[in-house]
Amino acid sequence: MTLSREEVEHIALLARLELSEEEKTRYQQQLSAILDHIAQLQALETSHIQPTSGVLPPSTRLRSDEPNEGLSREQALENAPDVENRQFRVPPVLE
Amino acid sequence: MADLTAFSIQECITTLDQGNVSSVELTSAFLDRILQYEPQIHAFITLTPEKALEQAKEADQKRSALRKTGQDVPTLLGLPLAVKDVLCLAGTRATCGSKILENFVPPFNATAVQRLLDAGVVVLGKTNTDEFAMGSSTENSAYGVTHNPWDLSRVPGGSSGGSAAAAAAMFTPAALGTDTGGSVRQPASFCGVTGIKPTYGRVSRYGLIAYGSSLDSVGVLARSAEDAEVIFRLMAGFDERDATTIDVPVSSAVCKEDTPVKGLRIGVPKEYFIAGIQPAVEAAVRQAISAYESMGAEIVEISLPHTEYALPVYYLIAPAEASANLARYDGVRYGLRAEDGGMIDMFLQSRGKGFGSEVKRRIMLGTYALSAGYYDAYYGQAQKVRTLIKSDFECAFEQVDAIAAPVAPTTAFKIGGHGDDPLAMYLEDVFTLPANLAGVPGLAFPVGYDGDGLPIGMQLMGRHYDEATLFRLAHAYQMATDWYLRRPVL
Repeated sequence: MTLSREEVEHIALLARLELSEEEKTRYQQQLSAILDHIAQLQALETSHIQPTSGVLPPSTRLRSDEPNEGLSREQALENAPDVENRQFRVPPVLE
Repeated sequence: MADLTAFSIQECITTLDQGNVSSVELTSAFLDRILQYEPQIHAFITLTPEKALEQAKEADQKRSALRKTGQDVPTLLGLPLAVKDVLCLAGTRATCGSKILENFVPPFNATAVQRLLDAGVVVLGKTNTDEFAMGSSTENSAYGVTHNPWDLSRVPGGSSGGSAAAAAAMFTPAALGTDTGGSVRQPASFCGVTGIKPTYGRVSRYGLIAYGSSLDSVGVLARSAEDAEVIFRLMAGFDERDATTIDVPVSSAVCKEDTPVKGLRIGVPKEYFIAGIQPAVEAAVRQAISAYESMGAEIVEISLPHTEYALPVYYLIAPAEASANLARYDGVRYGLRAEDGGMIDMFLQSRGKGFGSEVKRRIMLGTYALSAGYYDAYYGQAQKVRTLIKSDFECAFEQVDAIAAPVAPTTAFKIGGHGDDPLAMYLEDVFTLPANLAGVPGLAFPVGYDGDGLPIGMQLMGRHYDEATLFRLAHAYQMATDWYLRRPVL
């Protein structure tokens, strides 16, 4: 299984990762090798097997619907790279 | 005076309780040792000596105040401890070994940390880790590699390599770690300490910075099963802040008693003794299994037929979960922001600059496995094979009470030994991944040393929620042998 450079660029964009040209070359090789190793899973017959997403029996726990203390606004903003008017500030989404 | 840094947790508690030593003196003893040897080892990302001494002073005052009024003293009041830098400790930065969180200071405590603070511990600092716990050598940390105290040219294992090295070097009586694919057990093995990876859901993940949410578990690395059990029991239990924690009672401490292992059945899976395993590792593990036999345990040959698929399954599921979990690092609410252009550019650049190469590799792999057209073939198939791996363990535990196996195929390897070959590094985890995929507990402890004097670890895996049997077995072994008492000469 060989990933093309275009596929690597497509995945990087989906993952919102800016990669250098050197990184694209390296990941193209390394991800192809890892996918080759992973391909052995295809040999297993699993059409009657249920998938496992978590190891514990699924359970939904209920609690009473009462408000309680969370983080204060100040605490939530403490680590923000940019704040204006006590809100997160981001670059323009639309030009 | 005796070397306080060599004390077991029980010895520390007893001596504090008897008033022979104050917490300030005990904490200073560990800090002095860190000051002396940390430049060689680099176990910590962030050391907090002033805070630790302040906490120790408060612990001493609290002890005398409680004494005066005849009240109970919290179990671990004044005991120093180190915390892996993927767990949140309010007011101290939590980097996860990543540049993207270089300046992140959590405003809250992880539940595991909070429970130990409630029990009175003093935190010495935050230990080194592979970035976002992704790695098997601690070489992927953005803050430099940790050196194995047994041989400074070798890795301590990973990702909880800082915690393992700190416990082995006697920088702390114990250190918290996390295990997603072996990250407590493998470094415990490489550094000659005892490490418990609890059952999935046994210890709350609240405040643990997420990597693979269906696999992550919070554990501890210590110098004996008895010490590890003390910390484990305080952390364990249901937490309303983590919906995956379980409400199954934690059993009472088993390491204190004379714990007979007679009649217990120990399974030896043939798939874990394969070509490529270092002969000294196999010999030491087999010898430990024989030791159990002479203690009266019954040894049973078993098979976990899907073991070989654990690696490909893990390297689809964990990266897939990581790619979703790490989407939160977008430069908006916390973490590094690189800004030059619009919103999408900010995402691309912040993540491109902030993440290291292994994290990017796993995000790419996970994104690919979850992307349109590949989901069923990769992620869906991995989830189905995970079912088969889990069933292997369920069948095995109908016959046996615990499973014994090597932790890793080799002892600690050289720093830089795997170059830039991710697949070779992934193969380090081949014996530890299955327990995470099945959610069962695992306990690693030293059972010998190879020709280079490097520690060899064995792991015991148990039934869901049955950490007690693992502690019982490990404690019995440690009462009968003295491998666990060997310390590296720094």
